[in-house]
Amino acid sequence: MKCSRRDLLTTALKATMAAALPVAAFRFLSPAEVRAAVADPALRWGFLVDTEKCVGCGFCVKACKLENEVPYDAPVSRTWVERYSVTKDGQTHIDSPMAGRDGFTDPKVRGETIDPAEITKAFFVPKLCNQCENPACVQVCPVGATYQTKDGVVLVDRDWCIGCGYCIMACPYGVRFFHPVYKVAEKCNFCYHRISKGLKSACVEACPFGARQIGNLKDPDDPVTRIIMSQRVAVLKDEYGTKPQVFYIGLDRNVR
Amino acid sequence: MRNHVWRPLYLVLGGIALLLVIRYFLVPKDFGVHGINFTYGFHRAGNIPEWQAMPVKYRGRESCNECHPENVAASASSKHAPIQCENCHGPAVNHPDNPAKLAIDTSRELCLRCHAALSTPGSQRSRIKGIAPASHNPGIPCRDCHNPHKPDLEDMR
Repeated sequence: MKCSRRDLLTTALKATMAAALPVAAFRFLSPAEVRAAVADPALRWGFLVDTEKCVGCGFCVKACKLENEVPYDAPVSRTWVERYSVTKDGQTHIDSPMAGRDGFTDPKVRGETIDPAEITKAFFVPKLCNQCENPACVQVCPVGATYQTKDGVVLVDRDWCIGCGYCIMACPYGVRFFHPVYKVAEKCNFCYHRISKGLKSACVEACPFGARQIGNLKDPDDPVTRIIMSQRVAVLKDEYGTKPQVFYIGLDRNVR
Repeated sequence: MRNHVWRPLYLVLGGIALLLVIRYFLVPKDFGVHGINFTYGFHRAGNIPEWQAMPVKYRGRESCNECHPENVAASASSKHAPIQCENCHGPAVNHPDNPAKLAIDTSRELCLRCHAALSTPGSQRSRIKGIAPASHNPGIPCRDCHNPHKPDLEDMR
């Protein structure tokens, strides 16, 4: 193989230009641009549940099912209410008939009669998707059908979900279920269609007692954010490291 | 190299090329990292407006007040003031166009959601007046005696 000085220089020049092309594809961003690309600093949805105020009427579950077109009589729900009855013998009796859709009208807990004199405390705990900062359900999706929006809500792409059910297994809170009609994974999304129009989530609107509230955690003047910042609140299953964004007032240690 | 080495290699390369072509047509153009990072934000961008376009069904008390101010006012001055109209009257959706008439839930079960007596010490439920559904006029709709917009016992029908 022969190589003149002229050939060498031309080839070297071409190679340098070709190598410079991919470098030119990179753009240097200012810190502000990076912050904007990473997340919208102005909006992050969060939820506040005041278990002290909940009376177990179940209007939230009814409103959620009708608003989000979840089959009404199917034993699945995006949100539900649990009743905890702690008796003197230290046992905790938990039930949630039909996810609490029709409220709690029966003193019996799953068919078991509990003597009212034996109950030391009994209360209701509404549950919904925690819209975690580190959502385990999103991490396990093999096809990119579930994701976290920039305002912190975890959504499911119904066109893209293959219904494998990994996310349903991965959620530590048992929030996800298989939608009986669309045959895909389904979950609470804080009524994303409502909150993006400036309305409140259907369950928040339906609650007569103010036990459920939704707000913007990035706004320090938001009434919900102020309560979360200034009062004693707890989250469910903190030890999982998912950083849930649904905060509870008056959470009992029996609540799982 | 010999032919028997090249031939399967061509087959594999062809397979990869075919896969890339199919992928190009099947994967939507707006698929990519749109969220915070690759782990949590890898998705189809067009799905967000799809969710946002979902119709709103519960329109809220203000919407009811536009046509039924007398009923909203009556309820607002009663002990039932915190209860939204649509909790009992059903979601308005596109009322009055569709549905023209809302199906009101007048069942005993609706009232019992709050007014069935339960032993729930430590919960606000114990502060609400409750009845034993089995012995308190069973089978008779509550609203035959009680006015849901004026629930005070002095205002019994």
